Amino acid sequence: MVALENTDTAGMTIDVQAVSHSFELHGAPLPVLDGVELRVEPGELVALLGPSGCGKSTLLRLVAGLEPPSRGSILADGRPIDGPDPSRVVVFQDPTLYPWRTVRDNVALGLEARGLLRSQGHRIDKALALVGLTGFEKAYPHQLSGGMAQRAALARALVNDPRLLILDEPLGKLDSLTRLAMQSELVELWRSKGFTGLLVTHDIEEALFMATRVIVFSGRPARIKADLPIDRPYPRHRGDPVLTDLRHRILELLGLAETW
Amino acid sequence: MSVNDTAAALPAANGGALPIGGGLPSNLLLRFSAAALLWFAASGVTALWPDAADAQEWERTGEFASLLVVAAGLLVLATLLTTGIRPAPRGRLEAAIASLSASVPWLIALALGVTGWEILTAKLNLLPRPFFVPPQALLEVYLDDWPRLLDCFAASLRLLVTGYAVGSVLGVVTGVAIGWSRAVGYWVHPILRLIGPLPATAWLPIAFFAFPTSWSASVFLIALASGVPVTVLTWSGVAGVNSAYYDIARTLGASQRFLVLKVAVPAAMPHVFVGLFMGLGASFAVLVVAEMLGVKSGVGWYLQWAQGWAAYGNMYAALLVMALLCSGLVTLLFRVRDRLLAWQKGMLKW
Repeated sequence: MVALENTDTAGMTIDVQAVSHSFELHGAPLPVLDGVELRVEPGELVALLGPSGCGKSTLLRLVAGLEPPSRGSILADGRPIDGPDPSRVVVFQDPTLYPWRTVRDNVALGLEARGLLRSQGHRIDKALALVGLTGFEKAYPHQLSGGMAQRAALARALVNDPRLLILDEPLGKLDSLTRLAMQSELVELWRSKGFTGLLVTHDIEEALFMATRVIVFSGRPARIKADLPIDRPYPRHRGDPVLTDLRHRILELLGLAETW
Repeated sequence: MSVNDTAAALPAANGGALPIGGGLPSNLLLRFSAAALLWFAASGVTALWPDAADAQEWERTGEFASLLVVAAGLLVLATLLTTGIRPAPRGRLEAAIASLSASVPWLIALALGVTGWEILTAKLNLLPRPFFVPPQALLEVYLDDWPRLLDCFAASLRLLVTGYAVGSVLGVVTGVAIGWSRAVGYWVHPILRLIGPLPATAWLPIAFFAFPTSWSASVFLIALASGVPVTVLTWSGVAGVNSAYYDIARTLGASQRFLVLKVAVPAAMPHVFVGLFMGLGASFAVLVVAEMLGVKSGVGWYLQWAQGWAAYGNMYAALLVMALLCSGLVTLLFRVRDRLLAWQKGMLKW
């Protein structure tokens, strides 16, 4: 179990070593990841971009420890991942809040599961305040808008002080204005907390606005096509010409250059 | 962070407002008066119209007439109170009267029905005897035979609650086990498929033989009847839980125990309650059959006993008790459900 009062909140190192993965589909193996090599340093925020269905989300499930890879290994701080751990928390595209629990009880989930509710309960209010949901503790998920529900899901992750935050298209289902606002909010959180971030997104602009590095994947089975450091200071500006050039570059890599 | 994307804002927290905020019907006074008048009429018919000469004189006719007068009197009281509560009702008593006003059509129909019943049976003797009895015959049973009826009511309730509780608990446990464990599913599913559709009453002959007492046999039968639907519905509820709920809990450090008790079971609750409702209905049927055929007490036994003596008044009285018992338990189950599944509703009271 990871130390809970890790006041340094240092990010985690993730080492993906020659990972290949395939699913069974109608009795035949369907390869989704092919020899992926990726090292993520502590405190990085790495965006994974690629065609729809290429296997990016599968890679996140493997890093989260929800499934073991077919081949290769993934190391967290040098130790092989052999299952889920509260130090590596996932935020999915759907908030997947438990509809029978209030916002507060949803956020309390991780502490409750590990028997820390009594000693660490005060962290729930802090997490709720962090995502701006103070005052909505007693609301049920069906009473929340999409953005608020996703904030609650974020609080549910952050209350565990994760050292790796795995974001699987967390803003994919939000309206575009809420999405732009929450991109900035996520960057703020990441910068103040210092955790390592892995972000799967379909939105090139989102990747460039948020990430320190963008990994571009090929179609299924996913291979890494390019590894682009985004060496721009925060807070970033959407109109930054450097980002615009990078956007062009990524569109080329994804075979969409003619749309430029 | 800002929370200005509160498109689906919380309901206003003014839980104090009465649900009848729309105001009372304007002709409330008239409606209450009409109802009161009809109840007085029913009482008058009962007390003043002599019973048919070609039949027995019914006892307790006077008491029944008095009861009707009391009902009418209460309505008069309500009528008087309604005049004071316009324009908007306040306070508990007035709210009660306001909700009573919604039942005025029923009160009128009941008064007419009782009067018609009284005339057709006691006054004109038009319906075949002894199968049809006037309302005062039921009152007579309640006034004279209440200790035995109460006893039977208590016995039925005890038997039903015991059997239903055993069946429900075992049903939920079995359903969760089948839904959760492949091994349990492998062994239990075929048995459930074979035995589940069999009506529990088919076990009656062997149950009364195999169990030491007819009471324990009846508990078994009721538990079986209620347990099967609870098992099947719980199982389907657990099997249908969104797998992402488990992924979330696992990444947050949940144990298997937590996944079952805090994720699978609450997520399956809406299904479980459908099963509990179906099981309750099945248990009523088995209760009556078991009491008629084996157990020597309870409302079912009373029905059988009354029929044996051609005491049809007693039978109707017992049927009414039975109906109240069943309907009361269903109401109770719905109350519990509404409470536990409040999160499902669009509108939430707190």
